[in-house]
Formats: sequence, C-alpha cells, structure tokens
Amino acid sequence: MTRFLLAALAAWLVALAPAGPALAQAAVAPDEQIRTMSTQIIERIKADRDLQAGDLRKLSQFVDETIMPSVNFERMTALSVGRSWRQATPEQQKQLMVEFRALLLRTYAGALSAVKDQTVRVKPLRAGADDAEVIVRSEIVQSRGDPIQLDYRMEKAGTAWRIYDLNVLGVWLVETYRNQFTQEINARGIDGLIKSLADRNRAFAQGAKG
Amino acid sequence: MTVRRGEPARVRPSRRLRAAGLAVVLAVLIAVEGCAGLADVRQPSNTDGAAAIGAAGAVSAGSATRGDADMADADADRARIAALDPFEPLNRGVAQFNDTVDRWVFRPVAVFYDQYTPEVVQMIARNVLSNLLDPYIALNNFLQGKPGAGFNDLGRFAFNTTFGFFGFADPASDAGMPKHREDFGQTLGVWGVETGPFLVLPFFGPSNLRDGFGFGVDTYAALINRFDNVRFRNSAAGVQFVDTRVLLLPADRLLNDALDRYTLMRDAYLQRRRNLVFDGNPPDDE
Repeated sequence: MTRFLLAALAAWLVALAPAGPALAQAAVAPDEQIRTMSTQIIERIKADRDLQAGDLRKLSQFVDETIMPSVNFERMTALSVGRSWRQATPEQQKQLMVEFRALLLRTYAGALSAVKDQTVRVKPLRAGADDAEVIVRSEIVQSRGDPIQLDYRMEKAGTAWRIYDLNVLGVWLVETYRNQFTQEINARGIDGLIKSLADRNRAFAQGAKG
Repeated sequence: MTVRRGEPARVRPSRRLRAAGLAVVLAVLIAVEGCAGLADVRQPSNTDGAAAIGAAGAVSAGSATRGDADMADADADRARIAALDPFEPLNRGVAQFNDTVDRWVFRPVAVFYDQYTPEVVQMIARNVLSNLLDPYIALNNFLQGKPGAGFNDLGRFAFNTTFGFFGFADPASDAGMPKHREDFGQTLGVWGVETGPFLVLPFFGPSNLRDGFGFGVDTYAALINRFDNVRFRNSAAGVQFVDTRVLLLPADRLLNDALDRYTLMRDAYLQRRRNLVFDGNPPDDE
C-alpha cells in the first residue's frame, strides 16, 4: 500500500514536472490577450444599449467581470498615488482603490456612447520572449476619422498578463493623475485625497439621481 | 484639422485672434523675462507652499506621521514641477481667463454650431480645411526626414483636391493614404529642441515655448492665408476655430471632473505633444 502510494506520488510528480514549462509555453501572448479582450469589450458594448447610455451600475458590473481580471488595479492606483502609497495604511489603500475606481468608471462611462463601428488593430509586439513587462500598442480603427492610439503597460502574472497603465492618444492614465494626487496629498494628506475623491464621487452620484 | 474626439489639443484660433494672442504672449513673455526671479518668489498657491504642508502634517496626524523625509519628498515634488512649469502662477491666471472666455463665448458657439449645422456640412468644412493643411504637413514631414510620409501627404492633397472635389471628401484615406498630424513645433522637437517652460496662451490654451513658437510659424504658413479674399479667409479661420472646439467638447467632462483642472490639462498636453513628436512611439523612460 505504501509502495503504491509512493508510486502514485512519483507518477504525480513526474506528470506535474513538465507541466510547468508546458504551461508557460501555452501562456497567452500579451498582444493576443489585448486583441481578444478589446474585441470582446467592443462587441459587448455594441450589443448592450444600457452600457452605451452610460448606465453606471451596469458598467460597474461589466468592468468587474470583463476588465478587472486583466488589470492589476492595486499597482495602477499605487503608481498614480506615487510615493505616498507606501505610507498609507492598508485601510487607506483600500479606500483609495475604491474611490479611484469610481472616478475612472465615471470618466469612461461617457465615452461608451461613441462605440459604434470600431475595430481593434494590435500592432506587432516589440518585446523579448522572457520580458516580464511589455508595452502593447493598439489602435481603435473607425470608419470615419483617424484611428485612436491606445497602448497598455502590462506585467506578467503567471500564465496571463495584467494591465497596470494605459494611454489614449499618448496620454498615460497614471502620469495624468499622479501630479494631481501628489498635490492633494502634499496639501491635505492621504485622508484629504480620499475625502476629495469621495466627495466628488458622491456629488456625482447624487447629481445622477436628481 | 484632424483633432479627434476627446483629444486634449489646443483650440485653433481665427487668424486675427491668433495675431492678437501672439502679441499678448510676446508681451507676457517679455514681462516674465523681466522679473526672472518670479518662479522662486512666487506666492504659495492653495495647493502648495510650506504653510499648506505644515497644516497637512497637523491635519493628517491620524494617518502616517509626516516626518522630515516626507517634507523632503514634498520639496522634491515641488522642485520637479517648478522645473517643468516655472511660470505656474501666471499660467494658472491665464488658464482661468481662458476658462471664463470659453464658458461664456467659445463653448456656447461650438455647441450651437454642433447642434444646428447638419452633420454633412460639418464634415465637408472639416475635410476642406484639413485638405488645405496637407501640403504644410508634407513640408514638415520632409523637414523631419520622413520623405515617405511627406510624399503621402502631397499625394493626399493632389488626390483629395481633384477626386475629392477641392477636399470636400477624403477619398485618399480610403485609398490607403493616411492623414498625418505634423506641425512646426513637432519638427523642432524632432530636431532635438527641448519644449522649454510650459505656457498657457491667452485664448489658445496649453502650449510651451517651443510649440508656441511653432504655432506662430504654422499660423504664418497656413495655406488659408494665401487666399486674397479677406472675407473667405476670416470665415474659414472662424469655422476652423469653432470646429476644433466642437471636437474638444467630449473632453470637457474629463476636465470638469479633475481634482485640479490646470494640472490635468498641463500633464495631458505635455504627454500628448511628446507622443506626437515621436509619432506615437516615444522612448519609454519609466
């Protein structure tokens, strides 16, 4: 019985051993992941009138299901907050993430009504095979008007890749918020920043209801 | 003009406004030059200054204690921003003036034009003005050492002026000749000219020393100015100004939502310009 168990264990280990490299090979390439994800997102939005109308509750659910699994939102928030992130307590960090997420949702909700006939074109990836961080460049192609540049900074997370920054027309999200956040923290502290963000989010939620 | 939806670019002015604006800018620059120490002695604004930091330290006692290291960090932040934007207090004043003019004049006019002009007419106006800009864009591409792009732009102009009926339509884009966005500020950037200090131009919005100068050259060189008919010239410049503001309408929401409108506008503008100089592929310096 013991021998059988040991054999089973050995077989299991042998079976598992090559699974590591095999899995790594099977890992999705970051540009492929962006292509799949953005196509999915465009299709979902096109098919959903509520999303196009900027329905925040539905958008929130949609983002959590479709986008957030591919985003390292903690890193995105940390980079936007800058140096002070490390001084924030875990509770403050959590609050910052909640308020920042609400701010971003609101900002992008308005843009969804413009989703119509767009398609995504991912540009050839310029990265080494063992790079742990890459920039994926893509374009939103529309029937009328110039293509819109949309790039992502991605980090390797196991077999998949996660986004931690993105740019629209060359303007990076993290860099755009960092100075604003730093200013607020230098003037009013981390709690001051949380309060400013929360006040804004609340004011908007009330405005939307009224 | 090919400013896209939601793009944080500056508003294109009418010719007269441009001339007046440039004169004001020059005057302002000279004045600023005159009091060179301005950046060092500037008054603490509501969001920075030692007093505010001290107060913040006291207020946020509940969270992390702000020790000497934090103070040094805050000083480093301010030094970094001061290098990037030495005329911040002045720029903020001009930005506020621009916002007021925009709220009462430019934006309402743009909204009216957008609502009451048929989409087709808007498109034709946009195409014609965009077409007139292509030879100048070609010139800039040649100056930047991109002959392929330059010939593409000349081809666009020839194709759209003939088959596109004086640029009413843009068949060149469908024929695989993409529209480029180049101006003299970008050409200077490609030649290695630094941006210099960030500037907010009265009426025209965010710029910097390099791109403000480039903007002057662009304005002088614009093909619209080669038309002798003053009325046509002014109407064209007026339509261009309004159309650019129309294209920027979706960006209002983003700006209104900012923690600090000025900082958002500045940081987005500087990134956007850098991106344009490198044609969408700036070296990654993170």
